[in-house]
Amino acid sequence: MTEHDYRQDFPLLQQNQTIYIDNAATAQKPRSVIEAESRFYEESNANPLRGFYPLSLRATEIYENARKIVQNFIQADSEKEIIFTRNTTESLNLVAYSYALNHLHPGDEIAVTIMEHHSNLLPWQMAAHVTGATLRYLECEPDGTLTEQTLEEGINEKTKLLAVGHVSNVLGCVNPVRKMADRAHSFGAVVVVDAAQSAPHRKICVTELGADFLAFSGHKLMAPMGIGVLYGREELLEEMPPFLTGGEMIQSVTREGATYAELPHKFEAGTVNAAGAAGLAAAIQYIETIGFETIEAKELALTGRAMEGLSKLPHVHIIGSERPENHTGIVAFTIDQVHPHDVSEILAADGIDVRAGHHCAQPLLTYLKVYNTTRASFMFYNTEEEVDAFVRSVADVRRKMGYGE
Amino acid sequence: MENRSFYNEILTEHNIRPEYKHDLPDANIVLEGVNPNCGDDIWLKLKVEDGVIQDGAFIGDGCAISQASADIMLGMIIGKKEEEAKRLGELFLKMIQGDATEDEIGELEEASALKDISHMPARVKCAVLGWHTLDEALKKHQ
Repeated sequence: MTEHDYRQDFPLLQQNQTIYIDNAATAQKPRSVIEAESRFYEESNANPLRGFYPLSLRATEIYENARKIVQNFIQADSEKEIIFTRNTTESLNLVAYSYALNHLHPGDEIAVTIMEHHSNLLPWQMAAHVTGATLRYLECEPDGTLTEQTLEEGINEKTKLLAVGHVSNVLGCVNPVRKMADRAHSFGAVVVVDAAQSAPHRKICVTELGADFLAFSGHKLMAPMGIGVLYGREELLEEMPPFLTGGEMIQSVTREGATYAELPHKFEAGTVNAAGAAGLAAAIQYIETIGFETIEAKELALTGRAMEGLSKLPHVHIIGSERPENHTGIVAFTIDQVHPHDVSEILAADGIDVRAGHHCAQPLLTYLKVYNTTRASFMFYNTEEEVDAFVRSVADVRRKMGYGE
Repeated sequence: MENRSFYNEILTEHNIRPEYKHDLPDANIVLEGVNPNCGDDIWLKLKVEDGVIQDGAFIGDGCAISQASADIMLGMIIGKKEEEAKRLGELFLKMIQGDATEDEIGELEEASALKDISHMPARVKCAVLGWHTLDEALKKHQ
């Protein structure tokens, strides 16, 4: 059986010669996703959850069906536990404002790892500032490992909330979320998991992970931009106040007040992104057609090839573990004496798209003393030829910058 | 591709072997310039007497464009009157915006090595950091 050419499924990869290896920033979209979104507008566009006419009912059905697909995707117990948001950032802010502000007190601790993306850090800085709780950092080893001692000291009887990225967007390492969650739960803390970098690459089961809340963005798993997910355990969501108030999140409103809608709509104020949800459902179906086993194997092979190529180059240093299986497709690196913005400019001239800078994880880079890096991140649709072209381009950077080698 | 040759010899030389990247203990104007988005960071140090830039230097970190541009700038403005330095800054900005004439670009001497930045919108801030900091520093001085 010949292998399916996944690149055929992506219009942008067909029309564009660019070597796109900035997938950790956002993924390309398969045709089925683009069509699902446009089909919603062409065939089913009405405001969901409001009208009683067939078109609105159809829009509602598409939207709520997407919720069921997400529920199955992350193996949540109930569709009431799936809240649609714009993205991971909004999901995490929802938890910070609606949960943390109402549950944290002076003397409590919020535990976060030093490798968090700013999206899973700034909301907790805000919550700590407002409530008087203390933000406590779990510092990792250079390869991303969190030692037993770090976990034992950092997650303790004062911990009321643990916020942890499932996969680091710089190191690519997979954090031991279940182990951390078990320890946090033993002290009665709730566990918030940022799955933005893991959801596109590995199977997630929220209950197996021990997540009380889990957030991810659609766009990184090939869905449209502007649709994201917050999973929350039903009993926690049930007693939380709404994050945003307004249309469609109410049961009844009087001059004096309002009673709020049931879950999950309590947290979905205003007109929702139903077309985006349809696109997200299509993206999940696309992933499930391929299967995470295939996705993981392909991405591991590409990552290993890139790391092997880069590790042979003098003056090039890979950030994080030496083992490709600890990178989840993410390879951040530095080149001696060349600023990452210049690296990415030179790679761009060779038609290669990478990210350069602090990757919204400044505390981690400051802690690792690297400040700025260039990051390549691979998806299953990338090819060995693309990896090789990338390595060749990196190999030539110092010469182009006048260093004569 | 258009910017394949962008990192030309003038630029890489000023980046690798800058002439004015050092401290200036007797500076009487010192100002930091930062591009928060990309982390380019310079401290511009000037010694200005009687309206003339007697000496100048910078220290800092950042991409080759920001560092080379600041170095080239200092080579052009040292020994010049404040007004002349400001005029060159305006010319430089005009070139970066793609509005300068050939003659004007010629007047910018080595700084004209950066003229292709006008096709690279993401890097404009890097190229103008030195000049922008100079403008602020001279304003502060007056």
